[in-house]
Amino acid sequence: MDTINIKIDNKNFQVPKGTSILDAAKSVGVKIPTLCYMHLHDLNTTHKPTGCRICVVEVEGRKNLVPACATECTQGMVIKNQTIRVLNSRKTVLELILSDHPSDCLICAKNGDCDLQSMAQEMGIRHYHYKGEKSTYIKDRSPAIRRDMDKCISCRRCLTMCNDIQTVGALSAINRGFMSVVAPAFQMNLEESVCTYCGQCVAVCPTAALTEIDHTKTVIRHLADPSKTVVVQTAPAVRAALGEEFGYEPGTLVTGKMTAALKDLGFDHVFDTDFAADLTIMEESAELLDRLTRHLNGDKTVKLPLLTSCCPGWVSFFEHQFPDMKDIPSTARSPQQMFGAIAKTYLADKLGVKREDMVVVSIMPCLAKKYESSRDEFKTNGNPDVDFVLSTRELARLIKQAGIDFKSLEHADFDHPMGESTGAGVIFGTTGGVIEAAVRTAYEIFTKQKLHKVDFQQLRGMEWIRESTIDFNGIPIKIGIAHGLGNARKLLEEIRAGKSQYHAIEIMACPGGCIGGGGQPLHHGDSNILLARQKALYTADKANIIRKSHENPSIKKLYAEFLGSPMSKKSHELLHTHYFDKSNHVKITEE
Amino acid sequence: MSIKFRKNLLVCSGKSCQDASNFDLVDFINTKLKDYNLEHEIQAVQSVCFNKCTIGPNMIVYPDNVEYSTITKDDIDDIIIEHLLNNRIVERLVYNDKNKFSGTNKKQYRIALRNCGFIDPEEIKDYIENDGYDALAKCLTEFTPEAATQEIIKSGLRGRGGGGFPTGIKWEITSKSISDQKYVVCNADEGDPGAFMDRSILEGDPHSIIEAMAICGYCIGANKGIVYIRAEYPLAIKRLKIALEQAKDYGLLGKNIFGTNFEFTIDIKYGAGAFVCGEETALIHSMEGLRGEPTLKPPYPSVSGYLEKPTNVNNVETFASIPAIINKGAAWYSSIGTEKSKGTKVFALAGKINNVGLIEVPMGTTLREVIYDIGGGIVDGKKFKAVQTGGPSGGCLTEKHLDFPIDFDSLTAAGSMMGSGGMIVMDEDDCMVAMAKFYLEFTVEESCGKCAPCRIGNKRLHEMLTKICDDNGTLEDLDLMRNLGVVIKDTSLCGLGQTSPNPILSTMVNFYDEYHAHVVDHKCPSGQCTSFLKYYIDKENCIGCLVCARNCPVNAIFGEKKKLHIINREICIKCGICMEKCKFDAIYLK
Amino acid sequence: MAQIKSVDDLKKIRASIQEKNQKAVANNDNMEIIKINVAMATCGIASGAKTVMNFLIEELPKRNIIANVKQTGCMGYCYAEPTLEITLPNENPMVFGYVDLKKADEIIEKFIKKGELVDGIIPINYELAK
Repeated sequence: MDTINIKIDNKNFQVPKGTSILDAAKSVGVKIPTLCYMHLHDLNTTHKPTGCRICVVEVEGRKNLVPACATECTQGMVIKNQTIRVLNSRKTVLELILSDHPSDCLICAKNGDCDLQSMAQEMGIRHYHYKGEKSTYIKDRSPAIRRDMDKCISCRRCLTMCNDIQTVGALSAINRGFMSVVAPAFQMNLEESVCTYCGQCVAVCPTAALTEIDHTKTVIRHLADPSKTVVVQTAPAVRAALGEEFGYEPGTLVTGKMTAALKDLGFDHVFDTDFAADLTIMEESAELLDRLTRHLNGDKTVKLPLLTSCCPGWVSFFEHQFPDMKDIPSTARSPQQMFGAIAKTYLADKLGVKREDMVVVSIMPCLAKKYESSRDEFKTNGNPDVDFVLSTRELARLIKQAGIDFKSLEHADFDHPMGESTGAGVIFGTTGGVIEAAVRTAYEIFTKQKLHKVDFQQLRGMEWIRESTIDFNGIPIKIGIAHGLGNARKLLEEIRAGKSQYHAIEIMACPGGCIGGGGQPLHHGDSNILLARQKALYTADKANIIRKSHENPSIKKLYAEFLGSPMSKKSHELLHTHYFDKSNHVKITEE
Repeated sequence: MSIKFRKNLLVCSGKSCQDASNFDLVDFINTKLKDYNLEHEIQAVQSVCFNKCTIGPNMIVYPDNVEYSTITKDDIDDIIIEHLLNNRIVERLVYNDKNKFSGTNKKQYRIALRNCGFIDPEEIKDYIENDGYDALAKCLTEFTPEAATQEIIKSGLRGRGGGGFPTGIKWEITSKSISDQKYVVCNADEGDPGAFMDRSILEGDPHSIIEAMAICGYCIGANKGIVYIRAEYPLAIKRLKIALEQAKDYGLLGKNIFGTNFEFTIDIKYGAGAFVCGEETALIHSMEGLRGEPTLKPPYPSVSGYLEKPTNVNNVETFASIPAIINKGAAWYSSIGTEKSKGTKVFALAGKINNVGLIEVPMGTTLREVIYDIGGGIVDGKKFKAVQTGGPSGGCLTEKHLDFPIDFDSLTAAGSMMGSGGMIVMDEDDCMVAMAKFYLEFTVEESCGKCAPCRIGNKRLHEMLTKICDDNGTLEDLDLMRNLGVVIKDTSLCGLGQTSPNPILSTMVNFYDEYHAHVVDHKCPSGQCTSFLKYYIDKENCIGCLVCARNCPVNAIFGEKKKLHIINREICIKCGICMEKCKFDAIYLK
Repeated sequence: MAQIKSVDDLKKIRASIQEKNQKAVANNDNMEIIKINVAMATCGIASGAKTVMNFLIEELPKRNIIANVKQTGCMGYCYAEPTLEITLPNENPMVFGYVDLKKADEIIEKFIKKGELVDGIIPINYELAK
């Protein structure tokens, strides 16, 4: 590799050609502060709009300061990071940003977890020298995401996520100058836009401009209500990330402590979404095998590939943007909704609780789940199958508010019957996990042979689009995997063009799958955290004795006692759904 | 028909000439001519002001083109006897100037505007008649692309859009970028307040732009051109469209131009009038259908521009000069102007100047010549105070800069810039703080909002200026403003933010006393900022009737019957009711 | 329309245009014609140049004057719009400023018909790169 010589603050360094000043400085231990910059290494995404102007440095021979994040080092470049000019400029620019920001840190949702706040501390801002008009906007509440653009610093990270990674296109910069703001077109509400509530904008927002809709207070109220039986389910990805909020290393599994905390919080029954994930596999693989068999028998009407349907962000995405293909995804509901449907029927009967008196709470790594639970088709007489969805972050807040010392909690187990799950269920939390779980079951049912090696390494990883062919006893089954909606779009366009070779495709809206969900502890641009969470889920899978969904005894019992068989009438009623054409959903109302 | 009189005396009708003569010069001369029995051979007529107000009254003897200045009644006999009867020029009255282009009314030299006002812009034949498309023919048949580019490099032409980057070098860089597709873009997104040379050129001589773009295409290896033009220029768009059709019909655009292999077509794209879209990266984004926001350079458009292909962006005025350079040669062009700024520059004169208009002068012409000789001096003979060059991104030049030769580098050195060539002249009645505020208002409005220093910083600067103009400023504000101005310049993403504090910074250097007066003495020296005006009671006129005191809504007026009243300015809200109610003109505003 | 396919084509077209523009063939007379340019940029039109131009086009034939009235772009005299440039045969061009209908009438009657200069002349203050 070609290297070049540069000088930073009077010290000589050699760096590879093509390195940015920021990376060069980092590689030699010089810290240049950044605010809008974001680099998700493992996701191959760099966001450097050079808008915040915090990372400016002095380069000899240049008239103006240059942004370190987007300026490439050149041979012999002399860089100064510690001059009065640089320090004063950074501080002044930061003061400017603060001058257009509500100073309500103490009561802000992101207090203690805010990039702007940390930067103000690092730079030792103790004074507001510049004062003036502050931007004020109407707060926008959607079913999942809250927008408070007063707190937006125009870093535009959300735009990169929404437009480049997800290709949803719900957000863009509108208006000019001081009035410029990131918003849906015509400044309509998020709810009226094509937003899928994937929450990736929230996941990267450095301030509290984009946050989740907080349901903690309502949940506390229900916990305190003795007439209610409050049931909670926890999604697979939560256990791999919750610990981060309490000082654990990323990738620490805190399943037992989480369960204990939920019990301490007063939930009557602590169950596991992994159980419902196993149930999903039963239905989804049955559907796959049905379509596959018919296809192999020459039925031309069969729609293949089968697309997974457990990700609500992804469901919204194709409803909005690919409505012509809405009969291709599996009709199986997501694990969260399957859980809710079973809880308010089968479980309620078992416990002898009336539907109205049962409250189902989900702990999800996801914000779209908040929206999913509010969809009309998941309600019976107006009563939703899942009443409230809390994100991983909200659960952490709830635990902190309750004064529970998380670290010193003793491990606790999930309750029965809906707390029992397999290794297949837990890997739902990562990209590739759902399809791997489906393959484990589908293979055995299709070939009627026992699968000895359950680890499908070829389906794992962080590549945006992955593919693999699995030998179903002589029949090659082509599997595709995409995470990030922009990559899903690529596969969908292939299908639309009739060029797709796949039999089944797993799609997850969020980069990394649920481990990188919009409700997870913030990664602050460190994509290594996602890798650690992924690894944790595969570890959890491996630690499980039962690793195939159809071997879950509680699932077997559920079918025997209640549902009959996968794809039965009862299953259809409770575990399957249908999709809507939302291409006309966006209505531009004239003022 | 030919001109009837043997000689005509054109007498300047400008206000200052008339003021200076204090009598009707035309009338006086015609009466005198009668005395000499010349009334059938010679006549005097009024002419539109011809710009030499400081040395008026002025007149020109036509067709001799001899110009007499500072003439008095007593000089008329001399002129008639010596010049008109004996053909001897009255040397003592002849206007004399040191500049080589003057003396005979030749301060202006029109290269970019060579056809504007002379040809019918909707008629290609008019353009062809005036050497049109010769330059393109010459390039295609006599020059290699490299040689034609070299010619532009040698001419020393620099970008007229504001940056002043050498045009030929830009072409050379783009020509060296390797790609299957390249573009020539004409930047007609003229946005500076008060600048309209690009519109005038497109409205007056659209074919010169088409020809120049084709030449550029030939030089850099592009076969597609795009004119990015403001949608607010409907006439320019209409004429450009007509010109494009005509050029196509004549085979001057399309395939096999002049029988060669060269192919070139031009499209039009419309801008919505955002100032920042004059910045080339923002312009390209706008053309691509994206939000018109700048991005960091490099990569420069010459490497990765429109649709990520190498793109050469030049301004209208730059293109308009190209055919003349090719036709007359680089040596000719580089003989005009100063050492580092060759050729001529079009300026739009505006503000408190007599001859508001579009002028083109050689680089190196002094500000004095532009303002007094061409611009006709300051309206109402007031005192010149400053001129803002470079529009909202420029700075102000003052009296001490009057004899400055104007070129790219001298303006930058003086803390201003060439910009696109707007010149707004200010006189003694203009408050420089209010002027800076006016320009900041523009940049605040036009900032795209992408980078923090420009988005928030300019807003804060404007707020501080408003505070100062409203008599609420402090010395601390001045320090903060200076720091902020420097930081905004130093840290902003694009040219807009990097220059937007110039009006403040340059007035703070040149007119610090005015800022000081606003915040310390609580006075606006020019009287423009009305917040500083205060109500006073005239000792002579006040009869002590108490009407004002009774009507004052805040009880700010004190006094006893038949005694002089006093206004307490701490309480006064300047509503003006007292002045309205006083029947004795005893209350005045100052 | 004849397309220009070579440098010679261009020269030929130019020569024919020049000839046509110099002479007006009226009553088999090879007469030199009067040229009138009206500054018709946006600013000129806004201050009334179009009305003046229409007036000239209508009135000149009525008064038996053969002239070539054409629109041009901006002449640069924004302060004196509308402006006209009139070239009498074998004379230097004359520029008139502030031309309203009354002035246009005066120009026809005095300057064009009789060759008398009228008030409102703008001294040309530039040199052209020709």
